[in-house]
Amino acid sequence: MAQVAHADVDHHEPQSFWTKYVFSQDHKVIAIQYALTAILIGLVGLVLSGLMRLQLGFPGGFDFIQNGNYYQFITMHGMIMVVYLLTALFLGGFGNYLIPLMIGARDMAFPLVNMLSVWFYILSVLVLVASFFVPGGPTGAGWTLYPPQAITAGTPGAGLGIVLMLTSLVIFIAAATMGGLNYITTVLQLRAKGMTLMRMPLSVWGIFVGSVLALLAFSALFVGGVMLLLDKVVGSSFFMPAMISMGTQLAYEGGSPILFEHLFWYFGHPEVYIVALPAFGIVSDLMCAHCRKPIFGYRTMVWAILAIGVISFLVWAHHMFVSGMNPYFGFFFATTTLIIAIPTAIKVYNWLLTLWRSSIRLTVPMLFSIGFVSTFLVGGLTGLYLGNVVVDIPLSDTYFVIAHFHLVMGVSTLMVLFGAIYHWFPKVTGRMMNDVLGKLHFWITFLGVYAIFFPMHYLGFMGLPRRYFNYDAFTSIPDSAQAINTFITVAALTVGVAQLLYLFNMAWSYFKGKKANGNPWQATTLEWQTPDTPPVHGNWGATLPQVHRWAYDYSVPGAKQDYLPQNMEPVPAGTGNGKP
Amino acid sequence: MLLAIGLVVVVIGTVLFNFLSPSFTPLASNWGQIDFTLNLTIAMTGIVFVVINLLMAYFVLRYRQQPGKKAAFEPENKKLELWLIGVTAIGVVVLLAPGLFVYSEFVNTPKDALVVEAVAQQWQWSFRLPGQDGEFGKTSISLINFQNPFGIDPEDPNGQDDVLVPGNEIHLPLNRPVKVLLRSKDVLHDFYVPEFRVKMDAIPGAISSLWFTPTKAGTYELACAEYCGLGHHTMRGVVVVEAQQTFQDWVAAQAIFSEEVAEAGTNTGQDPVVVLGQQLAQTKGCLGCHTTDGTPSVGPSWKGLFGKQESLSDGTTVAVDEAYLAESIADPSAKVVENFPPAMPPYTLNEEDLEAIIAYIKSLTGND
Amino acid sequence: MSTLLKSSPPMDAGHNGANGRGNGPGNTPEGVFPLPTAKLGLWIFLAVVTVLFSALISAYVVRMGLSDWVALPEPALLWVNTGFLILSSVAFQWAFVAAKKERRDHVQRGLWGGGVFGTLFVLGQILAWQQLNAAGHFLAVNPANTFFYLITALHGLHMLGGLVAWVGTTLKMRQKPHWDRLPLTLEVCAIYWHFLLFVWLILFGLMWLT
Repeated sequence: MAQVAHADVDHHEPQSFWTKYVFSQDHKVIAIQYALTAILIGLVGLVLSGLMRLQLGFPGGFDFIQNGNYYQFITMHGMIMVVYLLTALFLGGFGNYLIPLMIGARDMAFPLVNMLSVWFYILSVLVLVASFFVPGGPTGAGWTLYPPQAITAGTPGAGLGIVLMLTSLVIFIAAATMGGLNYITTVLQLRAKGMTLMRMPLSVWGIFVGSVLALLAFSALFVGGVMLLLDKVVGSSFFMPAMISMGTQLAYEGGSPILFEHLFWYFGHPEVYIVALPAFGIVSDLMCAHCRKPIFGYRTMVWAILAIGVISFLVWAHHMFVSGMNPYFGFFFATTTLIIAIPTAIKVYNWLLTLWRSSIRLTVPMLFSIGFVSTFLVGGLTGLYLGNVVVDIPLSDTYFVIAHFHLVMGVSTLMVLFGAIYHWFPKVTGRMMNDVLGKLHFWITFLGVYAIFFPMHYLGFMGLPRRYFNYDAFTSIPDSAQAINTFITVAALTVGVAQLLYLFNMAWSYFKGKKANGNPWQATTLEWQTPDTPPVHGNWGATLPQVHRWAYDYSVPGAKQDYLPQNMEPVPAGTGNGKP
Repeated sequence: MLLAIGLVVVVIGTVLFNFLSPSFTPLASNWGQIDFTLNLTIAMTGIVFVVINLLMAYFVLRYRQQPGKKAAFEPENKKLELWLIGVTAIGVVVLLAPGLFVYSEFVNTPKDALVVEAVAQQWQWSFRLPGQDGEFGKTSISLINFQNPFGIDPEDPNGQDDVLVPGNEIHLPLNRPVKVLLRSKDVLHDFYVPEFRVKMDAIPGAISSLWFTPTKAGTYELACAEYCGLGHHTMRGVVVVEAQQTFQDWVAAQAIFSEEVAEAGTNTGQDPVVVLGQQLAQTKGCLGCHTTDGTPSVGPSWKGLFGKQESLSDGTTVAVDEAYLAESIADPSAKVVENFPPAMPPYTLNEEDLEAIIAYIKSLTGND
Repeated sequence: MSTLLKSSPPMDAGHNGANGRGNGPGNTPEGVFPLPTAKLGLWIFLAVVTVLFSALISAYVVRMGLSDWVALPEPALLWVNTGFLILSSVAFQWAFVAAKKERRDHVQRGLWGGGVFGTLFVLGQILAWQQLNAAGHFLAVNPANTFFYLITALHGLHMLGGLVAWVGTTLKMRQKPHWDRLPLTLEVCAIYWHFLLFVWLILFGLMWLT
């Protein structure tokens, strides 16, 4: 390949505490900063969900939960989980840590910009948290922030709360853009010799395509967010029609709330794939390492990731089937949505076929990988209901939708996150996580999430609308609905508390976990072949690795070892293995 | 082993739940085709879910790590993959085709449908019928006031005979297709009666619609299905489906726009200050949360409110007098009544309006 | 975190930063594009900015189609500003060409020209806002106004970002220029500037034609 000039970066070893741990330009430190911040704010999101479930399971049982703050809980829970936890953790956390190591680079292409990106992210989280403490509290407009209600009286936090929310999002988008630039440039340009695109592990493919989606989709949210902010702060009417609020006509006119919906969902749908595609990639690598078999259909898996990425920009209005938009759009978007099911289904088949005739080790990462397939399956299948426009009409805005997106975005990706952290923990820290705690945590979580979200589909069939503080006003809702809600709450609180097991495992193992060698899972991918564990600044020592094979040489017939690392010298045919 | 059991338990649990759980509300409209497509989807996806989970349970057992056994190195099988793509594509078509067919019926409203307008606002419904001429009068937000809550243009002859139903309850005739035109005075709302299956957002600044044919007489609850703020969960309406003749009688008993306009000019003998207060209570949205018949809603009812001892959330009691009412309007969070949410936004009213509303509350003595 | 950053072993002489260039044969990265990393990074960034302005323009075009649209009068000043931006682009291009030939004096003049005309453009835009305001065309009066202010503000912010980079580059020029790196830096500046000019021409054209 042509010689490429590198970025104008003077990359000296960081010397002081500040440049080593705070304003570090090392991708591994930045990754940990992203991950810790995301997990912290994710815990806030988890607590908020617990508060919501308390109200739904025991309505009226808690004086401090009223309609105003309940709607603030659901809004902040949703926004935190989707954007500030999942997006930041998959792209900023895993992307930053894994990409340079898995492709054989020393660091990202633009380390200074990378450092700025994590600090912008931390700033966006601070602004978000600040919105909890302003008069009126945080916005309670629903995570979708639809105008006109998001900025008018009658919705909690329609003052400073929404302003800070939108400001925080704008800052986050700047961070995501800076990060995305790095991930994409690095994958395109800084792969080690021999690491062709079609030899990259699927984790990298998933994060890479997710980053491309992020760069292309976040701008729509930026535009929508800025325009909504202007409507609020200067009184423009991008989205605000002539309307009455609290008895008086407001000064707006001519705007279109549906325009906001289009802009939001043009971002919002790719956003779910920004989270899901890295998960798809990562789970493939987890599975292969823990069942000693190459991923079934690597090329197809790559093409499926690419196809899903492209089609994800063509389905957004399936979130708007009952929005009052031109009804004929429904035909188009239902079709594209059901088409995207095809590459997605293929991935599920290929995961299954990977397990087939493999040698499964039921380690914690493998448990979570299988947990992923099961929960992603149920979540993805219910997407077929909601994508088929006419079936969506009764189910839209009911608990069926909540069950669907939690399973497919929250639960299944979380399974991957847990498995991935467990899997890479020894690389990052040099120690293993505790096995017993890991398995206990898996079982409570796996069975628990089914208890929480499976019955929820039936609340949807029963017609229970979502985003309701309580159902006191309605007499025709059967008692069984409340019984189901109470059951779900008990399960949710149990699962919520059980996450402490995982956090404790992480913290305890960091100090006291069994020491690990450089490659405890005997995996083939490059990050496991670093000379030091944890990898030091510069990752590879004096010489960059050279890659000779794809990422999935497990159980190669005729080989002496049951795995061949990607940078191992080529094996002369029929003579067993060469030295790594 | 445990994992295989766990997966089987999940399959059994979910399948059992599916058959034992309460499910769809009883269908009360023509949209049984939606139910058919939904049931087809449940069957197909249910089978896929069960098969794949059981397969995984089997693989976990059969292909668990065993000494001496090695994984098979089979990185791909183009034929199998193509076959799977084909089968999936067929599955997608089997779901999409009936779905789009039924949808095409939904987007084509029958020509002979009865047209009804549902007007959504924070946090109540009102309705309008086009009257004898079959045409609705034009409306505008700027025309909305206490005399004209629907905002109908008095210059528009089509609006003169519009039938106005300002309360939350609409009646519909059995077995006749009805097209519901939706609009909103403020934010997004959504017209949703689970038994009818169809729903649609009401958008401020535009008109949307849905249609259905009620097939079972009865009383159905109308819910708002698009988040619209603090009172979203209290925005209940009622749809009564009845025989054609009963429906006609009900329509005849409703007010007509031209009558409302005429009546607004006459003196009913009531204290004009109280009348003004009543009108303000409606236009300012007070009645969205405070009832006048004693039922507690988002806020306490105004019936019998003046003069009583009210218990507050901090455990103290207060006498409801003019000063208390004035404070509660200007700064509602200062004293919050026990067991009610601190949900009311503050209102700044001029002295005349404030006096009128207080007078109106006073007039609801609870003696009628 | 201390275990994460043990000191690294001594590097080969000639080791040169994050990308391992100069580590000997057989160890160079595989790039998809035969482009310097900085340039690829810029093009990707420009793709994002394109999506941003495309979303804005689509919203603008859709809104324009509605019946209550009242077009904003364009101050003649905008033509002058456009001229400044063109001159600015030309100056940066000249500086880039000069850098390849290692003509320090031309590079400095080109840089100054680029920055000064760029600044004049931004100041001119602000002046145009003031003119419109004085004539009563405030921000929230009607959607055409708000779009105009929003679009020019976003474009202006990107210009300001570019000017910040320009300050950095100019300061570096005052010291001894690194002729092996300077052409790339100036090329990146020039491409960015041409892109902003291109976006401005489209936006201006759109506003002028409606």
